[in-house]
Amino acid sequence: MGSMLRGIFSVGFGYSMLRVTTPILFAALGAVISERAGVVNIGLEGIMLISGVSGVLFSAWTGSAWLGLLGALLMSILFALFMGYFHIKLGTDIILAGIALNVIASGGTVFVLYVASGDRGISSSLASKVMPTISLPVISRIPVLGPIISGHNVLTYFALLAVIAVWYFMYKTPVGLRLRAVGESPDSAASVGISVDRMRFLALGISGLLAGFGGAHLSMGYVSWFSRDMTAGRGFIGLAASALGGVHPIGTAIASLFFGFADALSNYMQSLSIPSEFVQMIPYLATLLGLGIFARQQMAKSQKGRKQAKEVA
Amino acid sequence: MISRELVFEIGRTLIAIMLALLLGFIIILLVSEEPLEAFQHFVLGPLTTTRRIGNWIEATIPLVLTGLAVSIAFQAGQFNIGAEGQLFFGAVIATIVGISVPLPMYVHVLVALLGAMLGGALVGAISGLMKARWGASELVSSLMLNYVFYRFGLYLINHHFRDPNAGAMVSYRLPETVWLQWIWPPTRVHWGLWVAIVAIIFSYLFIYRTRWGYALRMTGLNKDFAAYAGISVTAVVIYSQVISGAIAGLAGAADVLGLYRRFQWQMLPGYGFDGIIIATLARNHPLGVPIAALFLAYIRSGASIMSRMTDVSSEMVAIIQGIMILLVTAQAFLSKWHHRAVVKEAKRHGLNA
Repeated sequence: MGSMLRGIFSVGFGYSMLRVTTPILFAALGAVISERAGVVNIGLEGIMLISGVSGVLFSAWTGSAWLGLLGALLMSILFALFMGYFHIKLGTDIILAGIALNVIASGGTVFVLYVASGDRGISSSLASKVMPTISLPVISRIPVLGPIISGHNVLTYFALLAVIAVWYFMYKTPVGLRLRAVGESPDSAASVGISVDRMRFLALGISGLLAGFGGAHLSMGYVSWFSRDMTAGRGFIGLAASALGGVHPIGTAIASLFFGFADALSNYMQSLSIPSEFVQMIPYLATLLGLGIFARQQMAKSQKGRKQAKEVA
Repeated sequence: MISRELVFEIGRTLIAIMLALLLGFIIILLVSEEPLEAFQHFVLGPLTTTRRIGNWIEATIPLVLTGLAVSIAFQAGQFNIGAEGQLFFGAVIATIVGISVPLPMYVHVLVALLGAMLGGALVGAISGLMKARWGASELVSSLMLNYVFYRFGLYLINHHFRDPNAGAMVSYRLPETVWLQWIWPPTRVHWGLWVAIVAIIFSYLFIYRTRWGYALRMTGLNKDFAAYAGISVTAVVIYSQVISGAIAGLAGAADVLGLYRRFQWQMLPGYGFDGIIIATLARNHPLGVPIAALFLAYIRSGASIMSRMTDVSSEMVAIIQGIMILLVTAQAFLSKWHHRAVVKEAKRHGLNA
């Protein structure tokens, strides 16, 4: 027990927690923004894979990590809109469209990697680039906190900035308001002249962009290669974090940290006798519990409303 | 009598499949230096030897079961993304029964299959209850349960039933009494085939010939109307998830007891999402499920043969699968043609009247 506590309170633990949180946080923010516009983005997982392989390929071809990132983000937006086109314009169920995208991405990324480089399942022959790490001035010199917060991949800082950006966009801009209105009640939004389709395309595009950052972090930050299904469910975990965080950017950021904490903790557990499987289960159980409690409250609220309506009548 | 609507749906599905396959061929043409070889292996490969036919049928068995599981949930208007976790946990339970409950031949297999069904049903019941009681989204809950039972199952296998003498993280070998026996040597096609056929017949009869099935379909078509007509939507939500979970559990048991004879999954095998592809292609009809599963297993086994014999990698088939789902479920796909057919029909009836 003592060694476990020492593990958690070590500087290395804090650092690795932020590192593993990064891709989850990006995916979770992507889930928040699309869900708020009334479209559930199950395709986050696939978009992250597409971004991951694109980042590796583009950075290897151009020799620049930043151009690689740009390519990855563009492909992510493109595929998010592709999925959106099928849902919004052709009437495919959004969940099935997302699953289809995941299926395409899971095999398609491996296929494209093989065609482009001859590598089977892992990009070992490609000289792909990695996004730079940044040592924060001043902060890096603070004891304990410095080494936890400083020295991360630049995308980790982007993720933290993205929390604020998404919050600001959704709650402080007119477009964000319209986007949320479309999610709350598409009919009322349409009746005041908001284009529901356009807002949903926008939401999916931003969702794709955010998931794209997450995927790029995996193959150009977390590690320096792409491998088959390297997302390992992080897109779905993003959806879970969004659900646990009440579909709000700040709550979701905290939920993502919680998932990152459990993930980092389970790595520490492996050296001890506590089965890591249980630790890794905790965030999902918490989401399940949160989902149940939240739904129960909603139901109680609506029942109370109905009762009151009856009394008035 | 076959309605025009059904003909349209079948035709539309076939056209979507054709288009997706065509895209596959174009991809082969673009990337391969020996496209004709590749085509040939992809299209005919699975039929060339007995062993390959066997591989195809083996691969079909779990797909039929998860396809049925998802179809039943879909028919009730419910999502089941949790088939993945349900079949994983079902396989774990079957393994545990196989290793630690010694029973005579035949009885042992039956008990293990029953255990797998209970395991899957338990997972499904949690989603169903949470939805029915509190209105919690079964989509999110089943997604979470996948991970919960995946970890829990791994814990049970890795910490209590792991064979320390095996080189990899696998369970002890299962005793022969619990095997689903191979029925067509030299292939590994096993008794699971009968299990799958029974499940198809059961699902069909259940959905179309029982009161429960009727209630389930009505709920899927229109929940409010069903409730108004006196159907207990709450009950439907729960039992549709429970039955769906039980059948998914069988899918996991079939592979473990029939093919591997020990538990060897360290990752989720992906059959749950395959089940969604199959249910979509089969338009959620139990009798369409075996056709869709045979088809999916065929193109996959063709793709894997193609990748072994030529320079095209098997993952190409994933692109075909994804495009198929998108086209089959796109309501607007060929809808103009459909509209014209409806108008024609209406006019004809108008003239007759």
